[in-house]
Amino acid sequence: MKTLFNPAGSIRRRLLWLLLIGAAVLSGLLYLSVSTVARSAVETTQDSILGAATIAIAEQLRGADDGVEVDIPYTAFSMLGAVGEDRVFYRILVNGETVTGYDDLPLPDTTPAGLTPRYYSHPYQDMMVRIAAVERPVLVSSRSVAVQVLVAQTRTAQDAIVGQMANRAAALGLGFFGVAAVLAVVTARSVVQPVNSLAEAMGRRGPQDLRPVTRPVPQELTPLVAALNGFISRLSGALTRTETFIAEAAHHIRTPLATLRAQAELALRQTDDDATRATLRGVIRSVDDSARSASQLLEHAAVVYRSDQRADDRIDLAALARDIGQSFGPTADLRDLTLAVHTPDSPVWLTADRLLVETALRNLVDNAIKYSNPDGQVSIDVDQSATHASVRVSDRGRGLDGARRSHLTARFQRGGNVGDVVGTGLGLTIVQEVARAQNGSFTLSDRTGGGTCAELSLPL
Amino acid sequence: MRRIILAAVMVLAAHAATAFQIEEETLFPGTPNGRELSILSTTDTEIFRPLIDAFQQANPGVSLRYSVASSTEVYAAVHDDHAAYDLVISSAMDLQMKLANDGYALAHRSAQTGTLPAWARWRDQLYAVAQEPVVTILSRKGFAGLDLPHTRADLLSLMRDNPDRFRGRIGTYDPARSGAGYLFATQDARQSDTFWRLAEVMGTLDPRLYTGSADMIGDLQSGQLIVAYNVLGSYAAASLPPDGDAIILQPEDFTHILLRTALIPRDAPDPGLGGAFLDFLLSDQGQTLLDQVAGLPRINEAALAAEQNLRPIRLDPGLLVYVDPLKRQRFLREWAAAVVQP
Repeated sequence: MKTLFNPAGSIRRRLLWLLLIGAAVLSGLLYLSVSTVARSAVETTQDSILGAATIAIAEQLRGADDGVEVDIPYTAFSMLGAVGEDRVFYRILVNGETVTGYDDLPLPDTTPAGLTPRYYSHPYQDMMVRIAAVERPVLVSSRSVAVQVLVAQTRTAQDAIVGQMANRAAALGLGFFGVAAVLAVVTARSVVQPVNSLAEAMGRRGPQDLRPVTRPVPQELTPLVAALNGFISRLSGALTRTETFIAEAAHHIRTPLATLRAQAELALRQTDDDATRATLRGVIRSVDDSARSASQLLEHAAVVYRSDQRADDRIDLAALARDIGQSFGPTADLRDLTLAVHTPDSPVWLTADRLLVETALRNLVDNAIKYSNPDGQVSIDVDQSATHASVRVSDRGRGLDGARRSHLTARFQRGGNVGDVVGTGLGLTIVQEVARAQNGSFTLSDRTGGGTCAELSLPL
Repeated sequence: MRRIILAAVMVLAAHAATAFQIEEETLFPGTPNGRELSILSTTDTEIFRPLIDAFQQANPGVSLRYSVASSTEVYAAVHDDHAAYDLVISSAMDLQMKLANDGYALAHRSAQTGTLPAWARWRDQLYAVAQEPVVTILSRKGFAGLDLPHTRADLLSLMRDNPDRFRGRIGTYDPARSGAGYLFATQDARQSDTFWRLAEVMGTLDPRLYTGSADMIGDLQSGQLIVAYNVLGSYAAASLPPDGDAIILQPEDFTHILLRTALIPRDAPDPGLGGAFLDFLLSDQGQTLLDQVAGLPRINEAALAAEQNLRPIRLDPGLLVYVDPLKRQRFLREWAAAVVQP
């Protein structure tokens, strides 16, 4: 089996081959048995006729004064012509001496006993002939004389009948094979059908569907489905733990940092020593950096986790852009930046994970504000084409300075011209992850006249 | 004229270098050094002449040697002497059957042989070319004042009741000397016991024994015979005027149909040519010529079916039985005991 079938091949094809080979073998056996039975039936019939002719001659033997009187009945030979046109030979011997007929017709190996003919095949005159022989004692002048009668016949007619029957047997075998082949196809299809339908049902499942498989399956598939269900439940447990971990990590990191910052600020207010104040300001900046880094790391983890899950929300990109613009308003004011949001009047609907898109947008806008010169301008533009919606975040900052996008979107990689600005190097990585998870695209380009343009394009 | 007869020789002495006797040999020349077809037949040359002419017309250039011999000589020529003939045509079905059965005939198969009914051929070797009834001929004058018989039994009782009228005036074949006569007698004996009673009654009436149908018919026409029993119908129909003294009787109890058969001998020098002539005989043209011109009725199953008393002698191994020497001896002994009375 190992060499005959490819282990990665189709079960249906393997089953079909095995069934067809089986059917072919059975058809061959059917042909052989039918033609063998037919041959032996025809042979027996022919032998009986030959034997009857021989006995008819033997029964006409009579003792006479001058020896044995032989009177071959006309019907003895005439009946041999009934089946076909075979040549007939005969030989009659009295006490081992041929008295009439063909004196070279071969004798039987052993003397036949009684009136039951002995049948044997022998070549004669360049042909195979079937011979029937009987021996009968005849009383001549009160003495027993053994008379042997041999009648032989060629087997042309018999061979013709057997050939005809063999042809019919062959047709029967072929017909049997044809029917079996059709049944084999039906069987193979029916056997593989539950496997196919299970595979199809699994393929149709969405990425978040982690329910166990409960549909009825054939006995042979039960272990596989049980294993699959175990796997699904482990996966779903792992995912839940990840989610919990991210949430708890956020909580456990942010809370002590916030406490630390509050106490540092308190200390700053309570001291007048300039050196101490400077140190405390440094502590506060470092806490801010740590909080931002931790927040982005968790955000990245959340994005990676969610991109495997992909919730399908209906979101209005225009409204989302406006919300983000509003939420960044105070930050922009702090740096004397103008933040302009341009959206179409009508909502721009698309199917995507709201949290992911929001995270990506937040990072883009945050970057634009971070790297803008004071009094600069940041604009958020939402557009819609036939198949895609896009949001473009542009600034008049320091630009890309020749760095490649693939470099900037790698984790923990930053541009070469940003040494004075705090950052983790995860912002664009998150945007890139989101674009990939939503089947969209992310482009980063220098603006003519200075600055950067980042565009996230998502399918509707 | 190419087909003009150059030589018509009566060969009554032994044929050169062979043991069998040829009665007549005729050469129908084609082109010199062309192919030569030699036929050995029991049928007179004159009967076959129209067929030979037509064959040569269809196959220009073929010379044809036509030899006539008695049926036993024909058998001996093929069986014992392996004589060089391409086609052997004989009315002795039993002897032809024996030749075919013992392997002296070549198989021949063609479109023409395929049209023959099964009873008119045997093993692709033996083919019937004509079917001839075996009839009894009566003299109208000889039967004056008597009811004309319709069956063998009628004839038998007429002979019994009027021995003086029939004495010495019954003719039949001598089965001991004539192959056809032997075949007719054995088939009669096989068919019905009436044959032996008829033979016995004939025996008391001093019958005259013949070796040929022609002589018997001649003697009947000259008034020496009033009954000719078992005569080939084709000869009778050909030589007797329909409104003459002779009446052809096809006995109603049974009338045997003799098949004139042809075979290609194993030792034929040109079996292809023999086969060509055989095909010609079986073709529609050949059959029509045989039937209309030669007077040998064509193979016709419908004609046999139309009359219930017609019994074709079957081409089957049964014919071999009476060829067996012991059987023949025994039959002739019984026949002699019945007919040749002291």
